[in-house]
Amino acid sequence: MESKLGLDFKKVEYARGLAKNIADDVQAFCEQYTTVAVERTLARLMGIDGVDESDVPLPNVVVDAIKDKGVLGEGILFFIANAMIQTGLNPQQIAEKVAKGELDITKVVTRDQKLIADTLQPVIDESLNRIRTRRARREHYLETIGEGPKPYLYIIVATGNIYEDVVQAQAGARQGADIIAVIRTTGQSLLDYVPYGATTEGFGGTFATQENFRIMRKALDEVGEEVGRYIRLCNYCSGLCMPEIAIMGAFEGLDVMLNDALYGILFRDINMQRTLIDQYMSRIINGFAGVIINTGEDNYLTTADAVEAAHTVLASDLINEQLAKIAGLPEEQMGLGHAFEMDPMLENGFLMELAQAQMTREIFPNAPLKYMPPTKFMTGNIFRGHIQDALFNIIGIWTHQGLQLLGMPTEAIHTPFMSDRYLSIENARYIFNNMKDIGAEMEFKEGGICRQRAHLVLDNTIKLLEELVKEGLFTALEKGIFGDVKRPKNGGKGLAGVTLKAENYLNPFVELMKGKR
Amino acid sequence: MSEGLYSMEAKDYDKTLDLTKIKPYGDTMNDGKMQLSFTLPVPCGAEAIEAAKLLLKKMGLENPSVVYYRELTPGFTFVNCYGSCTHTVDYSTIYVPKVESTTMDMYETDKYIKENIGRKIVIVGASTGTDAHTVGIDAIMNMKGYAGHYGLERYEMIEAYNLGSQVPNEEFIAKGIELHADALLVSQTVTQKDVHIHNMTNFIELMEAEGLRDKMICCCGGARITHELAKELGFDAGFGMNTYADDVASFVVQEMVKRGMK
Repeated sequence: MESKLGLDFKKVEYARGLAKNIADDVQAFCEQYTTVAVERTLARLMGIDGVDESDVPLPNVVVDAIKDKGVLGEGILFFIANAMIQTGLNPQQIAEKVAKGELDITKVVTRDQKLIADTLQPVIDESLNRIRTRRARREHYLETIGEGPKPYLYIIVATGNIYEDVVQAQAGARQGADIIAVIRTTGQSLLDYVPYGATTEGFGGTFATQENFRIMRKALDEVGEEVGRYIRLCNYCSGLCMPEIAIMGAFEGLDVMLNDALYGILFRDINMQRTLIDQYMSRIINGFAGVIINTGEDNYLTTADAVEAAHTVLASDLINEQLAKIAGLPEEQMGLGHAFEMDPMLENGFLMELAQAQMTREIFPNAPLKYMPPTKFMTGNIFRGHIQDALFNIIGIWTHQGLQLLGMPTEAIHTPFMSDRYLSIENARYIFNNMKDIGAEMEFKEGGICRQRAHLVLDNTIKLLEELVKEGLFTALEKGIFGDVKRPKNGGKGLAGVTLKAENYLNPFVELMKGKR
Repeated sequence: MSEGLYSMEAKDYDKTLDLTKIKPYGDTMNDGKMQLSFTLPVPCGAEAIEAAKLLLKKMGLENPSVVYYRELTPGFTFVNCYGSCTHTVDYSTIYVPKVESTTMDMYETDKYIKENIGRKIVIVGASTGTDAHTVGIDAIMNMKGYAGHYGLERYEMIEAYNLGSQVPNEEFIAKGIELHADALLVSQTVTQKDVHIHNMTNFIELMEAEGLRDKMICCCGGARITHELAKELGFDAGFGMNTYADDVASFVVQEMVKRGMK
């Protein structure tokens, strides 16, 4: 491919190599550990679901049972297999007995690896088939009713009540939305469990629960058939339950997941060790389930300056790409994030935004890039805000972004009204149609502002990556390189849920999901 | 829908400005023109338009006109409307409580601190409770600041600590004690179901229970925060839309001097 910006692809390859070193270093660390969230995910993959009398999810009950005995490092599968052999019960029955205090699963009857593997195999096959079936269902829809053109129009619903969300989401789909994201309630990312059942109360969003996923999936399938277009469902596997949310999404047919440890570290103060280990498992699941992940680099620009910090976005995108590759996630599912966040009063700011969006497109040609609208400089002036969103949409169609998160004129005022979404969708559809082939028609002037901007950002990215290779990602995060936010390696939330893997540890899903598509 | 470019309405009302009876202004004094847009939960059609007009009339808007309508989804109709407001308000007797301090820029504030306090002051800020948004507190505290106004971290005479988001009130206050804070800044962005009111009330109650309320200056801020609300909840000041680090810093230092905090 020839670069329209005159980018030197040898430099890009060099930058990728640096990012790979950084990612490999992180991975070498992660592989030695497991977390309570990873183990709860495995419990869910064993078919364990539901809650006990005090509404504690059963995956938490069984994992806490081994954690309390100090044997979390052996992994939940080892003990479940042992309990299955010992009692002849299935994993769900075992979990229920543990919840009632009738069974101690830490009692070991065998360490025979073959016996353990044979015991688990039917349950593993059942889970994997359940995910495969879901994936096939999406593929069938895409083959039959099809999908909207890219950039996909991505809107959010955030009423707090899943049933009200359904009304908003179906209205959005009828107006032209391709992806519906159900924003999570404030604070869910810091819960070390996933709530159970349908929910109707939330602040600034709706709880992510497996039942809520199911309700919304059904609603989107209905409206998708009505409008003749598959409607994707997006949620958030970030925070303290990354892999658990991933598996629930995989079971219920979610299509897109926010999935970025760096975001959790910087903006939710989640412990970096915990969340990077969790991220690895969650990305393996998302990769296997055919889910597009979204990364959160755009957020760096809400705290750091969008002009000065543009290279941190690209550097992080490159690292996130490598971390995703390690988890077996194909490029076609990498919704790497970036944003239109420069001060609108900046002279030629549009040209810089255009250059960066084009640059990101060229560096990640196969990725369905996630392009975020202006938020930081949305002021309450809804009229100017609508124009800022229009400029953002122009770049979206011009540079072929994958997922266009629609900006709302009422950003910074309230969670979107039904009419806000309509106005935003109308804005995007007008521009996407009216300027459809502008990218193919226009070229960037040699030595002009756009080319120079892209070259500068790439060069600065390489300098930053070189520094990161020397220091490692953990140290870089401690120094506040991303988003001007500093996080200590042993600080933040969730470190207590991390443990070294012990002698009998097993998680066959890693290889099965990475290997078999 | 439109009557053309020129308004043919008779203008037989008094066109002089009377501050005891003001109403909205379109292009002629006292024309009362207002624009509204909203959604009605009814199917699109003549009845929906009529409903919108009736609603405008009930709101005191004369000559209501629906200039645009569209069904958003079956059963919901979006409208853009205009009308002339019949109500007036007395502007001359309005009193709004405001933060009473002179806004100084960063250099003036640093100088003011050196001359009047004689030591670095400590300001600790956070987005507290369940609120995950850091945009507000960052705009006030980060070095870079916002819209050309440097943040508190850049002030020579201010030691600024930004604790980030989702900081529980207890933890926030404990950190304030540990750092010997002169002022605490509470940022609140999410206001759904008045969650910010509960959280800020809880903060002030904790401060009072700890006997700290008079020892530290307590400010709050956010897009939906007003000074009036802040005072009502027991804060010293509230900073809403279009206020910056300069406003916050100026208030804190002048209040410290006023209270004789050294």
